[in-house]
Amino acid sequence: MPEESVLLDVEALPRLVGELRERGYTVIGPTVRDGAIMLAELESAADLPYGWGVETEAGRYRLRRRADNAAFAHSAGPQSVKDILHPPRARLWSADRATGSVTAGPDEPPRYAILGARPCDLAALGVLDRVFTGGAHTEPIYTARRDGAFIVAVECTEPGATCFCTSMGGGPDARDGYDLAMTELAGEHDDRFLIRAGSPAGAEVLAALPTRPAGTEVIGEARAAVARAAGAMTRSMPDEPLPDLLAAARESPHWTDVAARCLTCGNCTMVCPTCFCTTTEDVTDLTGEHAERWRRWDSCFDLDFSYLHGGSVRTSGESRYRQWISHKLGTWHDQFGSSGCVGCGRCIAWCPAGIDITAEAAALSAWRASEEEPC
Amino acid sequence: MLSDLTIRVLAQPFFAGLTIGLVRELCECATAETFPAGATIFAEGGPADAFWLLEHGKVALGLHVPGRGDQVIETIGPGTVLGWSWLHPPYRWHFGANAIEPVTAVRFDAAAVRLRCETDPEFGYAMLSRLTPIITERLQATRLRLLDLWGRP
Amino acid sequence: MTAPVPYRVVDRRVETADTVTLELVGEDGPAFAPGQFAMLTAYGIGEVPISLSGGGRGGRLIHTLRNVGAVTAALHGAAPGQMIGVRGPFGTTWDVDAARGHDVVIVAGGIGLAPLRPVVEAVLARRDEFGRVSVLVGARTPGDLLYPADLRRWRQRADVRTIVDRPADGWTGEVGLVTTLIPRAEADPDNTVAYLCGPEVMMRFVAEALIRRGLAGHDIHVSLERDMRCGAGWCGHCQLGPLLLCRDGPVFRYDRVEPLLRVREL
Repeated sequence: MPEESVLLDVEALPRLVGELRERGYTVIGPTVRDGAIMLAELESAADLPYGWGVETEAGRYRLRRRADNAAFAHSAGPQSVKDILHPPRARLWSADRATGSVTAGPDEPPRYAILGARPCDLAALGVLDRVFTGGAHTEPIYTARRDGAFIVAVECTEPGATCFCTSMGGGPDARDGYDLAMTELAGEHDDRFLIRAGSPAGAEVLAALPTRPAGTEVIGEARAAVARAAGAMTRSMPDEPLPDLLAAARESPHWTDVAARCLTCGNCTMVCPTCFCTTTEDVTDLTGEHAERWRRWDSCFDLDFSYLHGGSVRTSGESRYRQWISHKLGTWHDQFGSSGCVGCGRCIAWCPAGIDITAEAAALSAWRASEEEPC
Repeated sequence: MLSDLTIRVLAQPFFAGLTIGLVRELCECATAETFPAGATIFAEGGPADAFWLLEHGKVALGLHVPGRGDQVIETIGPGTVLGWSWLHPPYRWHFGANAIEPVTAVRFDAAAVRLRCETDPEFGYAMLSRLTPIITERLQATRLRLLDLWGRP
Repeated sequence: MTAPVPYRVVDRRVETADTVTLELVGEDGPAFAPGQFAMLTAYGIGEVPISLSGGGRGGRLIHTLRNVGAVTAALHGAAPGQMIGVRGPFGTTWDVDAARGHDVVIVAGGIGLAPLRPVVEAVLARRDEFGRVSVLVGARTPGDLLYPADLRRWRQRADVRTIVDRPADGWTGEVGLVTTLIPRAEADPDNTVAYLCGPEVMMRFVAEALIRRGLAGHDIHVSLERDMRCGAGWCGHCQLGPLLLCRDGPVFRYDRVEPLLRVREL
């Protein structure tokens, strides 16, 4: 339900946060912490990172002061909406020996409003939806949080150097999967948002905000800013069917090359907005009367990830990097009907060795082309 | 007219693919033989002067280990060939063979078959083409057993 | 589907030195089919995937499991009366109907006979719907052969052959690898369906031996194993290339997985 875009002044952002809190949402949004733009509960709009931008490159992420006072002119940070809806740790159940009862899950799922989700985050939620709710079994923790979530997307007007969403079929514009979508128009003296609703819940919140009509000029200005962002992206994936490329590259010598650089630290999987893998841990209290199972994020780079009574299937770094990138770009299609990559560039920025998924895909593509050359 | 023995050999898949002429030649070196259960077909260290095409029954290949007695390494059943130490010097059995069930077999005289192999390369190549797959299959099976894969369910 | 349902251990049979068969009963338990697996929880210790070895209806499950780790050690030691958590059923089933009207070759290695036991029972229960039936079972030692009473019973209606790596005193049966039994199985290669379960490498060699005999890869059904954790395709652990074994498997036709099994560390 694409609604008419209207203008919201930056002074009205606290109202937006307030309206969401009044509706019972815990409002999560970007804020400056530990030298990065992190996602945290916002007490008010004052917590937003006004005037902060970021510089990213392979293996690099730095905050920088901006000339303007924009709140959302930073590209993807180390966290994503995944952190909120698919929490790093969750209790699956608890059991008591005395009563013989097993209680599933945590209590009432929290209701989150996520302010400042990037379009790549929206794409990532689409991917996670297919993983957790698209199969025969619906994963309850994500689903409960997802169903209760209110998403305020902010379109990108300034992509990071590591971004390549357009090449993954997305873009810096919010297309669907949001309740409200905003485009920030930060000027030297004024800061305004073009805002539109994408759901009845969004329209209801929007109606409660002090907006004013937006002229065609402003709408054009916002569109141009988003279009400029799309054009400003310098990284891209090879222009060929990636599942075919990765399947053809299973025995490529290039894996040895990547493995010489990869530390198998798993940072890429932690920051990735779609990496969903988890493991479980069972715990008891000292008496053994009370048992719980906890789930936590796991990484295919972990040696134990492929453990099979007696040893791990994927012991080499080569095989673990191959697993990650092949799953992300290739076999994800077989398993869940889409790519697992949304082009957010987080794995590039947060790799301590500066390994760049687009460069590795390009190297595999070059290897494949050389293999197919007639002698 | 094919001899009874030639018909018996042709019925076994082991020599499938050999021309009837070659099988007939081979059977000129052959005799029928039976062993009751428990009989020693050949003893470890003895002269390897024959090989057998097993038609019925089961044979245990083994070795006598001081202190542990007779150790069975492998059992061999119908449809395959028993014995290949006759192929190369010193023509001595490396393991012993015992019938663990009554055995019906066709026995081939090793010296006669070897002579034919040497004088008729076509016959020799055909024989080796039948025997080497058996050797490689048993070697592969033995290698797999060495891995002791059962450690993992 | 994330919380296990308590089932009571009603029977525990010792099969071998490290293997037991547990019979579990749970109120209103869902139906499990042969080939499928359950996630069994030893409360406070952890959860492991175990294939169905019998039962499956009316909340009654039979699982044969080997003591190989902390969780299986706890389950192995479960006494009648004790509660075990059960999640499932998960995964694909053995397609026994695919063999109707054909010869059947069932090849098991070690504890691989456990998931195949319901296949043998299903085939023998409708014996006249199938051609010749061969059951070939390999194990490390005679003492590691599962279900000796069942093997005796099956012999009356099928060609059952057992073979061991290491004979014990008094063993008069076959010695060697289970692959050596393949050429002797009475089956028409053009009209045979095979079911395999055992160590992955063993299954590959058995499948290749069957293919050498003339079977088609799609007529060979195998049950694969990786680290199944959630059972539902949410945890990512049991991937084999494009496959999530817990969801797409564990039972596959061999021609689909053969190229994947050839890739190192996939």
